[in-house]
Amino acid sequence: MRDMNAVLAGFGGQGILFMGKVIAYAGLYDDKQVSWLPSYGPEMRGGTANCSVCISDEPICSPLVNNPNALIVMNLPSFDKFIDKVVPGGIVIVDSSLIAKKTERTDIDVHYVPATAMAEEHGLKGLANIVLMGKLMALTDFCTIETMEKTLQKIVPPKKQHLVAKNMEAVRLGAEYAE
Amino acid sequence: MAQKVLMKGNEALAEAAIQAGCRHFFGYPITPQTEVAAYMSKRMPKIGGTYLQAESELAAINMVQGAAAAGVRAMTSSSSPGISLKSEGISYMCGSDLPALIINVQRGGPGLGGIQPSQSDYWQATKAPGHGDLHVLVFAPNSVQEMVDLVSRAFDKADEYRMPAMILADGMLGQMMEPVELEISDEPKPLPKKPWAVCGHNNERKHNVINSLYLQAQDLEELVVARFERYKLIEEKEPMVEEYLVDDAEYIVVAYGASARIAKAAVRQAREEGLKVGLIRPITLWPFPKKALQKAAAHTKAFLCVEMSMGQMVDDVRLAVECKVPVSFFGRTGGIIPTPAEVIEEIHKLTGGNQ
Repeated sequence: MRDMNAVLAGFGGQGILFMGKVIAYAGLYDDKQVSWLPSYGPEMRGGTANCSVCISDEPICSPLVNNPNALIVMNLPSFDKFIDKVVPGGIVIVDSSLIAKKTERTDIDVHYVPATAMAEEHGLKGLANIVLMGKLMALTDFCTIETMEKTLQKIVPPKKQHLVAKNMEAVRLGAEYAE
Repeated sequence: MAQKVLMKGNEALAEAAIQAGCRHFFGYPITPQTEVAAYMSKRMPKIGGTYLQAESELAAINMVQGAAAAGVRAMTSSSSPGISLKSEGISYMCGSDLPALIINVQRGGPGLGGIQPSQSDYWQATKAPGHGDLHVLVFAPNSVQEMVDLVSRAFDKADEYRMPAMILADGMLGQMMEPVELEISDEPKPLPKKPWAVCGHNNERKHNVINSLYLQAQDLEELVVARFERYKLIEEKEPMVEEYLVDDAEYIVVAYGASARIAKAAVRQAREEGLKVGLIRPITLWPFPKKALQKAAAHTKAFLCVEMSMGQMVDDVRLAVECKVPVSFFGRTGGIIPTPAEVIEEIHKLTGGNQ
């Protein structure tokens, strides 16, 4: 895979920062260079939350991603804020259950995934973030499904290991979603 | 070899301090360094250490002073406005020849400023961390791994030279996660003996005195002059610097900490364009790595300082190269992080017709 410079954005509480950690850890377990940088400050209190995640074969210079080549958005303000910053050819995944808007840009690869509705239908409420991450994994190969499973086993606390299977179900749901 | 884990800069730094033998932390919360204190509050009680949230920054630094006088490895951490409040205690520790570690995870200033990353405390850290004729050792990490590695070095050097040391980080380094190698043990590391410390000795020796008040001008002058002899030795022996593609460089970017990472991206891009550009990254800001800059000046047409400030390091670069080579500046401030694209634009301005 080429270098991935991702921005993940949505409301606080949607698991944006956690999703970023999973992606960064997956990169780490594949022996890549990784970085994770959260937005911090007043905007986190009930407002938007976002983070930058980089995965690369080379040491990462700037952990702050201004122009992502991969973007996941889970609310309208984030869509509006970041859609024009995506580099041409970049991949965008939009939770279309939460964002009705469509972009007019034709130079980027946009995927509308009703992740929140899909998660609820499959008894995976609260895992829309992981559904979207699964889609990103399928589109970019930032890691293999095996690495993803290993990653989730490692970062989910020992007492909550029963959640690994649910998370993997959400990953597969996203990865296999056909638009 | 320790396994690589992902850690926030602030947390990695805190654990590194524990591994370096620090068992006494005194602090007061402030964004973006609060994770240091939060981490210490969880860890210290488990390993028989002291974590104390003081009633103010002033109280915290004075507790550090007391603990340092008793001979233990003590530290505090804060962010820019909090460091201003601690400057009195820092000066007293310099005047009392006390080793301790002070962390500044910088945010935008002046005043309360903002909470986003900044490097606008360079002058404060390197020129006047407190009143009087003094210096503190200043280390500027540029990665989470260096946040770890420089902590134990800072403690060791502070003990060796009996003076405070500072880690000058910023909100980006504090908040970001990166893979880091860090051996975690709960066993305290053996530390150098401090025969000057004021601690119990059962009347086995004459009592020690830790003091920064000298009313006889002659005495004070002698002490300060002797201290500056030590500073001279430090300036000779302790500068640390990273040089990247400097040997054949015609243009050199000078940057430290977080902005050095941005600058490195720009330097790489410039090289891809065939431009002979290198990077000098001071790792110690005091002592400033003058020799590396002097050496590079011999084959360099111009220097460009890149900082997250209004250009506080520029004068040190000019002094180091004795103004023989032009030194220009690019920076963003107030919490804005410069982009590699902005830096490359400045490099193009500099290299001009060389393309």
